[in-house]
Amino acid sequence: MSHGPSASGGAIVAAPPNGAHHHEPHVAIFTGDTRVELDTIIARYPSKQAALLPALWLVQDARGWVSEQSMEEVANALELTPAYVKGVTTFYTMYHQHPVGRHFIQVCTTTPCNICGAEDVVKSLLEHSGCGDLGLTSADGRFTIIEVECLGACGFPTPIMINNEFVESVTPESVPRILAERK
Amino acid sequence: MGYPHQSHPRETPILSKYFGDAGARTLDGWRARGGYEALQQALATDPQELQTIVKDSGLRGRGGAGFPTGLKWSFMKPDGKIHYMLCNADESEPGTFKDREIMRWTPHGLVEGVALAAYSIYAETAYIYIRGEFTEPYARVTRAVEEAYAAGVLGANAMGSGKRIDVHVHRGAGAYICGEETALMNSLEGRRGNPRIKPPFPAVAGLFGRPTTINNVETLATVPYIIKNGAEWYKQFGRPDNPKSIGTKLFSVCGNITRPGNYEVALGFPFKDFLYDLCGGPLPGREIKAVIPGGSSVPILTREESEAAIMDYEGFAAAGTLLGSGGVIVFDDKQDMVRQIARLVRFYAHESCAQCTQCREGTAWSLRIMERIRDGDGTTEDFDTLLSIADNMTGKTICVLSDSCATPIVSGLKKFRGEFEAKIVANRSMVAVPGAFRASAA
Repeated sequence: MSHGPSASGGAIVAAPPNGAHHHEPHVAIFTGDTRVELDTIIARYPSKQAALLPALWLVQDARGWVSEQSMEEVANALELTPAYVKGVTTFYTMYHQHPVGRHFIQVCTTTPCNICGAEDVVKSLLEHSGCGDLGLTSADGRFTIIEVECLGACGFPTPIMINNEFVESVTPESVPRILAERK
Repeated sequence: MGYPHQSHPRETPILSKYFGDAGARTLDGWRARGGYEALQQALATDPQELQTIVKDSGLRGRGGAGFPTGLKWSFMKPDGKIHYMLCNADESEPGTFKDREIMRWTPHGLVEGVALAAYSIYAETAYIYIRGEFTEPYARVTRAVEEAYAAGVLGANAMGSGKRIDVHVHRGAGAYICGEETALMNSLEGRRGNPRIKPPFPAVAGLFGRPTTINNVETLATVPYIIKNGAEWYKQFGRPDNPKSIGTKLFSVCGNITRPGNYEVALGFPFKDFLYDLCGGPLPGREIKAVIPGGSSVPILTREESEAAIMDYEGFAAAGTLLGSGGVIVFDDKQDMVRQIARLVRFYAHESCAQCTQCREGTAWSLRIMERIRDGDGTTEDFDTLLSIADNMTGKTICVLSDSCATPIVSGLKKFRGEFEAKIVANRSMVAVPGAFRASAA
């Protein structure tokens, strides 16, 4: 988790073709309603620091990933240092530190799903999405696929998570339809 | 989404009674099914008495460790200090998906249990920490909390009792280790999810340094039924000759099995009947080879061992394994155990927080050795190396993730040694006929 790429196949995580995101000027996130939401969250805890994970979620929900400038904004809002925020952000697998495809797909390949054929689902996803390899984004910017460790839906192999949505009992055969539904 | 099955006649559905019943998800629906009566009743009772009832019921923690719930609560005294109630909804033990169903179908049942527990341990604030991947459970529980606030069930005057009970839902962000109670506390405080050294135990210095009680979702969802029906009622569930394992338990079943899903049975149920009668046994034409009965961190059983086991804390211990979280993973005779144990080790290597040397290095090296054995590049000396590493990973670290990684290696080498040796033999034959093994493996 903290000492390896989240794409557990060890694939190199590359920016999508529209990687220009990296160089766009940072637009503040915690303004207007989002600032109000953050303040509501902060009020739930005796320390501002405890709002860190929720604040990072607000960033990712708004921007699709968490840039260094966003980490700095979070640090300022919660009276933390940017280095501290980065240290926490990088511990968790779900915060993207680079832009990803519009449909970010996590496939569970841990043992219970593995013995029910999860690796064939991964192959099918890679083949039909145009991603090429785990962690890479398809040329059209639609998909990024990674393997994930246990999604906690072991009775419905193979579960995949597409952004915030669970799709269960996925088979190599159902993959093309699932992908086609997501533009 | 996967839908629950109809209860089998031999199940004892208490927690799972409303799985699949969408009407139970709303506050009104929950009330119509008798919900929040236990909380109302509890708020008019002395917290100490509630602690005693839970202690008398024999309820033990359903998250994996099996610690007596009432005893844990009794560490919390009316000392005037700020206390916190924590609900561990970071369900991520491979093979386990029961808390997810509780949260998806009966979110108010969990909110009621959490509020009741908070009051019982003299806390005004409770947090429910839900793993980041559980988006639907997070939405359902958040909605239930909002409804409960709007109806005055939660808040400054909970159910008109004059007591303040606040419940907040907190979303994790992808880290198995945060299911460890002190890692969860660090994570909730906005830190990296590294487990803390104990002592101090949470009851002394837990969340935000305050006395804290932390319980699993299933444990907390059970409490309202005990308060409403009494400790004696709860004691009827279990085998008469074992007073140490009381109540019903949700078991998640997955892998190579005819009817996977969640099953709720009274503790003491025969595991053979469970696997073959309730879950339908292996897939057509196959045989069960191995079973991990309590989530991926507990020792693997052979088919013979599993068929003789009794499903409770002591029964599984007598079989040389643990009840754990109740995540049953079934492997059939088609599975390559070396390959699957290597995959389990990869899970732990990925999820190690890397804080303790034995775990950081041990999980990484165990993985490399397991994978080279799997790929036909191992030697018999590797078996000794694995066992030596496993020894150094057991009982020597801050938390038990390291131990959990060693468990399948040790039990696998003991019980499926023939499969490990076959990989080495295959390697030798490859030397005799260059390229033959690789070609056939490809």
